[in-house]
Amino acid sequence: MKKILIVDDEPNIVMSLEYTFKKNNFEVFIARDGQEALDIVKINYPDMIILDVMMPMVDGYATIEQIRKDDNLKHTKVIFLSAKNKESDIEKGMALGADAYLTKPFSIKKVVDQVMELLSK
Amino acid sequence: MNSIALLVILSGYLAVLFYIAHWAEKKGNSKWTNNPYVYTLSLAVYCTAWTYYGSIGVAADSGLSYLPIYLGPIIIAPSWILILRKIIRISRVNKISSIADFISLRYGNSRFLGAIVTVICLTGIIPYISLQLKAISETFHVVTNTPTSKNIFDDTTTLVAVALALFASYYGTRYVDASEKRKGIVTAVAMESVLKLVFFVIIGVYVTFFVFDGFDDIYQKASLLEHFKEKNTIGGLPQAINWFLLCVLSMFAIFLLPRQFQVSVIENNRENHINTAVWLFPLYLLLFNIFVYPIAWGGNILFDGKNVNSDTYSLLIPQLFDEKTLTVMVFLGGFSAAISMIVVSSIGLSTMITNNILIPYNLLGKLKSVDSVSSKSILNSRKIGIFSLIILSYFIYRFFGLDYNLVSIGLVAFVIISQLAPAFFGALFWRRGSRLGAVYSILVGFAICIYTLLIPYAIGITNSSSNFISEGFMGFHLLKPFQLFGLDYLQPVPHALFWSLLFNSVTYFAVSVSFKGNYRERNYAEMFVDINKYITNHEDAFIWKGTAYRNDIEKVLIRFLGEERTKRAMNIFNVKYNVDKKVELADARLIKFAENLLTGHIGTASARILISSVVKEEKITLPEVLKILEESKENIIINKKLTETSNELKEITAKLQNANESLMIKDMQKDEFLDTVTHELRTPITAIRAASEILHDDDEIPEELKKQFLQNIISESDRLNRLIDKILDLEKFETGKQTIHPSKNNLVETVEKSIEPLQQLIRNKKITIHIESKDKINAYYDEDRIVQVVTNLLSNAIKFCPDSEGLITIQIIEKDNFIHTFVHDNGKGINPNDFEAIFEKFYQSTNQNIKKPVGSGLGLAICKQIIDHHKGKIWAQPSIKGACIVFTLPKNKNIEL
Repeated sequence: MKKILIVDDEPNIVMSLEYTFKKNNFEVFIARDGQEALDIVKINYPDMIILDVMMPMVDGYATIEQIRKDDNLKHTKVIFLSAKNKESDIEKGMALGADAYLTKPFSIKKVVDQVMELLSK
Repeated sequence: MNSIALLVILSGYLAVLFYIAHWAEKKGNSKWTNNPYVYTLSLAVYCTAWTYYGSIGVAADSGLSYLPIYLGPIIIAPSWILILRKIIRISRVNKISSIADFISLRYGNSRFLGAIVTVICLTGIIPYISLQLKAISETFHVVTNTPTSKNIFDDTTTLVAVALALFASYYGTRYVDASEKRKGIVTAVAMESVLKLVFFVIIGVYVTFFVFDGFDDIYQKASLLEHFKEKNTIGGLPQAINWFLLCVLSMFAIFLLPRQFQVSVIENNRENHINTAVWLFPLYLLLFNIFVYPIAWGGNILFDGKNVNSDTYSLLIPQLFDEKTLTVMVFLGGFSAAISMIVVSSIGLSTMITNNILIPYNLLGKLKSVDSVSSKSILNSRKIGIFSLIILSYFIYRFFGLDYNLVSIGLVAFVIISQLAPAFFGALFWRRGSRLGAVYSILVGFAICIYTLLIPYAIGITNSSSNFISEGFMGFHLLKPFQLFGLDYLQPVPHALFWSLLFNSVTYFAVSVSFKGNYRERNYAEMFVDINKYITNHEDAFIWKGTAYRNDIEKVLIRFLGEERTKRAMNIFNVKYNVDKKVELADARLIKFAENLLTGHIGTASARILISSVVKEEKITLPEVLKILEESKENIIINKKLTETSNELKEITAKLQNANESLMIKDMQKDEFLDTVTHELRTPITAIRAASEILHDDDEIPEELKKQFLQNIISESDRLNRLIDKILDLEKFETGKQTIHPSKNNLVETVEKSIEPLQQLIRNKKITIHIESKDKINAYYDEDRIVQVVTNLLSNAIKFCPDSEGLITIQIIEKDNFIHTFVHDNGKGINPNDFEAIFEKFYQSTNQNIKKPVGSGLGLAICKQIIDHHKGKIWAQPSIKGACIVFTLPKNKNIEL
């Protein structure tokens, strides 16, 4: 069973994602901000992280920086999922080592397809 | 006292003076030589041997008549602030070196006028110098108790005169440029002024308090003397007019005497020194005059019935009591008074002779030929001039005897010098004054002086049995020299002054008005009268047309200034007027600049002649000059307006820049705001879309979960709607579309009203809520809006309260003109760094250290807008536990901010 970590401070968005990935046979972990996410990855080594950018305290950018420093997590894929949809935001996210950048509002189907595609590589 | 001993003392004294002059010359600009006190003391060169000895003589023989000579300067001194300042400015920018230069420059560089002024000065001053030498010589003989030797070469005082002449000619001609400052001489003169005053006061104190028993004692004893009463009355209206005229005479003298012009104008280092002189100089004169009267009448008492010269009372009294030291001190004081006058006058006169007669009339050799006149020959001629002036004066004294007392010859000099007054003061204030007017006025005045003073005095000296004085010229009674046209109640000096000045002034005005001056005169008139306008760039005011080459002008300058100084001066000129070095033609400014440079060396008239010889000037008519002057006046006005306009433009540009900057900032803020708003709007939409997609695609979804997703859709839609409302609200406040409608309300009631709809929520979270206040506290506000604020603050407080034992306290307090409302909770509190930031839009979305509660991030921003519109304040403040937000509202309608 693949492990997926959903990092977002909006409970209702998290709820939809959680339901969908559980249904697709993922082990789902949930974090409400970057710090929680970093705590979880150190224990559970998820295969996939879905990461929001604008969160309180430690935001998405800072979180991925920490993750990319950790050698144990080099196989972990990271997808940004953010309402920030400017060209520059996307470039910044990719430059920090994300594998994909999806914008809000999103199609659940597309998110699942993207996750599957990345994991099958 | 022994002659040799006194000579030794004198030599010592002269050596000290030499040393002081030498030291001051070396010190140059130190504060010891360049200060207002030295300047003021140097003005005291006014007090000569005449003051020192002569005043006593006058007081002894005729009471108070000695006073007007000192009252005049005292009365006129305050006007120096305006008049003397103006004279100094004119002289400084034009490098004027004597009063002859001053007058001749103003009347169009007139060579003839400069020569006349010089002759007038010589006529007046040479006898005056003789007088000083006479005083030295006579007092020398009084102190040594020796008779005057018939043979001039046997007489020891001849030695003194020669020594003086050497001293003056050496130190008076240190610079070729006569407008340069002579620090050495000035400092020595100032020193002498101190000495003569101190010694005079000492003898005064001695006579008053040691010989006699105070002022009263002298008065008591003097009043018993014969003629006391008649000598000490003013003597009715005629005598008052005499007094008045003598005051006027001395007022003129303080400006016009060559030595006064020398120290007050040429040697002035800073205009501001006048400010001190204005009060200190009158004070000096007053101090000097305190003891004149006691010494004079003390002498009258002591020497009653004996035939002694009352001028020498100050020496005879200590001698009578065998006070040798005191006698020598008094003698040295008088000596100081005499030599400072002799030295300064002779320097001034010799400059005038050289610059206004010898050089311009080619008496030193042809001015225009290269080898004849040089700096060296000028210096030598001045040296010889000073030396021979003093020696000549000494001979005049020896051969003509000068039997009149000190005062009368001094006054004659004053009257002669006063003939310059109309032309001089006209130069300062009247543009129409012309060269012809000045020439004729001085000549007419001088002629009357000769008739009413010089001829009768000369007759008196030669003792001929002429009846010219008693009968008048060829027996015409109306032409009696002392009672011209039957004016019989004035004394000879005021009488001569009255008639000469009357004719002099009338001539000056009449001729000036009838015959207009040429363009050059008119040009200088403008520059003199309006000196303040041209003080910085006076070369601009000079009008000149023609062709001239820089090269030619430079050659002339090099001849007198030398290569190096010429080069330096030309550089200064180029920089000052931003002129390119390579320009070959010279303009009016350079012509004036070059004339100025030469003026100090050879005088204005010669400078003009010399420069004219190398340039080709075209004649300009007077109307043309007037037109140019008028235009330049207009230009000045236009320039002023232009400067004003450009200043205004600068201000406007600055304002525009500021406005632009604030617009840019606002634009950036707007972008940020839009960014945040779209982000905030997308969040609920994202939640709604995700939930909807699941509900749409997934048919196997459990009923319970389906309900939950539908509930999420509903709450997120509500959130979206609230957000839109708040954004619109805030926008209205920020753009000023939202208005508030304040009225007087009870704030306690309003708070209670706000709590009401939240009661359910409060109960659910088990929060205790307290209101601490009086029952009724009125304030001035829009109730609906304040309900909004309180609701918002309470919602936040409820949101942040802990899950158990939540406590919210609301305090309402009156403070000065405001009502303060505190909303306090016991939650996690606010980071002090965020105290200000929380009132910014969408602040919560990035920096909240807790799980995100439902909120727009706009609540506090709106609260702040509302409170701001009420002219109140809202802020977060530190609290021991939890958060504390405070807002204020005005108590009354009209509060002062």
